[in-house]
Amino acid sequence: MPGPGLYFLVWLGLIALTALTVIAAGAGLGAYGALTSVSIALAKSVLILMFFMHLKYEKTLIRALLFLPVITIAVIIGLTFFDIGYRY
Amino acid sequence: MTAEEDISFYGSRGRHKGVLSWILSTDHKRIGLLYLTSIFGFFFVAVIFGVLMRLELIAPGRTIMSAQTYNAVFTLHGVIMIFLFIIPGIPASLGNFILPLQIGAKDVAFPRINLMSWWFYISGGTAVLVSLFTGSGPPDTGWTFYVPYSIRTGTNVTLAVFGVFLLGVSSTLTGLNFVTTVHRLRAPGMKWFRMPLFIWSLYATGWVQILATPVLAITLLLLIAERLFGFGFFDPSKGGDPLLFEHLFWIYSHPAVYIMILPAMGAVTEIIPVFARRTIFGYKAIAFSSLAIAAAGYLVWGHHMFTSGMSDISKAVFSFLTFIVAIPSGIKVFNWVASLYKGSIELRSPLLYTVSFIFLFSIGGLTGLVNGALATNIYVHGTYFIVAHFHYTMFGGTAFAFFAALHYWFPKITGRMYREAPAKNALLVLFTGFNILYFPMFILGIEGMPRRYYDYLPQFHRDHLISTIGSWILVAGLIMMFYNLIRSVFKGDTAGDNPWGGSTLEWTTSSPPPHENFKEVPVVTGGPYKFR
Ligand SMILES: [Cu+2]
Repeated sequence: MPGPGLYFLVWLGLIALTALTVIAAGAGLGAYGALTSVSIALAKSVLILMFFMHLKYEKTLIRALLFLPVITIAVIIGLTFFDIGYRY
Repeated sequence: MTAEEDISFYGSRGRHKGVLSWILSTDHKRIGLLYLTSIFGFFFVAVIFGVLMRLELIAPGRTIMSAQTYNAVFTLHGVIMIFLFIIPGIPASLGNFILPLQIGAKDVAFPRINLMSWWFYISGGTAVLVSLFTGSGPPDTGWTFYVPYSIRTGTNVTLAVFGVFLLGVSSTLTGLNFVTTVHRLRAPGMKWFRMPLFIWSLYATGWVQILATPVLAITLLLLIAERLFGFGFFDPSKGGDPLLFEHLFWIYSHPAVYIMILPAMGAVTEIIPVFARRTIFGYKAIAFSSLAIAAAGYLVWGHHMFTSGMSDISKAVFSFLTFIVAIPSGIKVFNWVASLYKGSIELRSPLLYTVSFIFLFSIGGLTGLVNGALATNIYVHGTYFIVAHFHYTMFGGTAFAFFAALHYWFPKITGRMYREAPAKNALLVLFTGFNILYFPMFILGIEGMPRRYYDYLPQFHRDHLISTIGSWILVAGLIMMFYNLIRSVFKGDTAGDNPWGGSTLEWTTSSPPPHENFKEVPVVTGGPYKFR
């Protein structure tokens, strides 16, 4: 189990990534701007899930369950947009 | 062994006295019974609404109530039956009581969240009931709260919808609790494939509750926001999309039918091996079919919207996917029947209720294929055929299985035995009344009688009359059954710890179980159904 030192390091990492988001937003990346900030946000959530929510210390099964909500949302949005795509 | 361990959970009331020892208890058994009594309290309110509806429909024209009252009555019948009875139904009441016992745990993983879920449930139920008597009239939208009408009607929709939102929170918390409990609190040796199949079904249900219910909660909040602040999520004149509401609503409400039916299927899977004295046929197939039903349930919601103006390609896709659900459902039915084959069948009431369940649920399931096929759906959409179909699945299916499970676990919960003969007589009356009430609705639907109508043409009179008479018989059966059960809580003979000779863990502890369920933590060495 991790000590407070590790949590502090992860927190610093999150702050750094936030700073990176701010910098990237001002860098004029155009069409790649959204992609950049979503990727950074993804990296941040992985850090939070792994360390703060202890997924790193769990068995594979519990880690795999993380993907259930992700898949569900993908399916829900996919099938709904599928209809809208053909409706208009 | 101390005296504390000898006491049943009714004796160890914890820190509080009287009513407080129940409504503030974190014991899963007490919370299960809290749910059981409140769920059946609401059930009877909704039954009364149902009987009033049937009474109004006994003859064409006005009989006992105005059209507006009728709209409110069928709305409240639906809202209460769906959100307050059948969705919490088996998992929150019997599931709460039995799940930790069956996996050899002392309680669920989060006992306080468990209690909190009941408080959410009661608050939500109260809000729905209060919406009847406050504001400008009870809601009249139907239980689906479809836009645009639900946005424009002046009736008390906001409060009722908020009540349902709270019920959704309650249901999500129960699911979260059960999934965590199954992962974390199984007794030593209780491997995944040694779990009783009721646990598998509650586990699959738990995931549906976690993943689908938030969609309903969000949808209802959007509806409230649109009513109160005039946001334009669903209003086309503001750039919204009314079909979006239907999508969002059914994204939850189709998986919700599996929240209703999966635990029922799990319960009958417990009952069949015990009364056939034979191990279950196809354990893994049944376990995986629960997961398959839960998963496939997410892909089919569009079958409620075939006439709503959805795109044709979506209709075809949703129709195809709907047929896939028939496969795991069929696996279950065939496995139940195969488990009975060559068993030493003991026709006690739990098994008789179970067999009625299989019969009625099969009719409900097979007529579902008529609704799921595009061509026939156009014909029966929005008619009494649909009403008959879902009453056969939900009442004939889930509620009959609930009754079966209630009889099956009655001795474990109360320590007493109900009287066998009245239980069988009640089933006979229930089963007869049920079919007289709902079967004519199939015919009415095919003849073109639309659902939710206050009035009808004289040609439909005969079948409506038969149906109303059936409702009286059905209610008589319900009264007989509950009278027998309630009387036996106080006056029944002592049942013993394992009256049915069951082989799952709940039968190894005393009836009723002690506060911490087992004298010592059980060690599991084999599968759940140790018969032949
Ligand atoms: Cu459906």
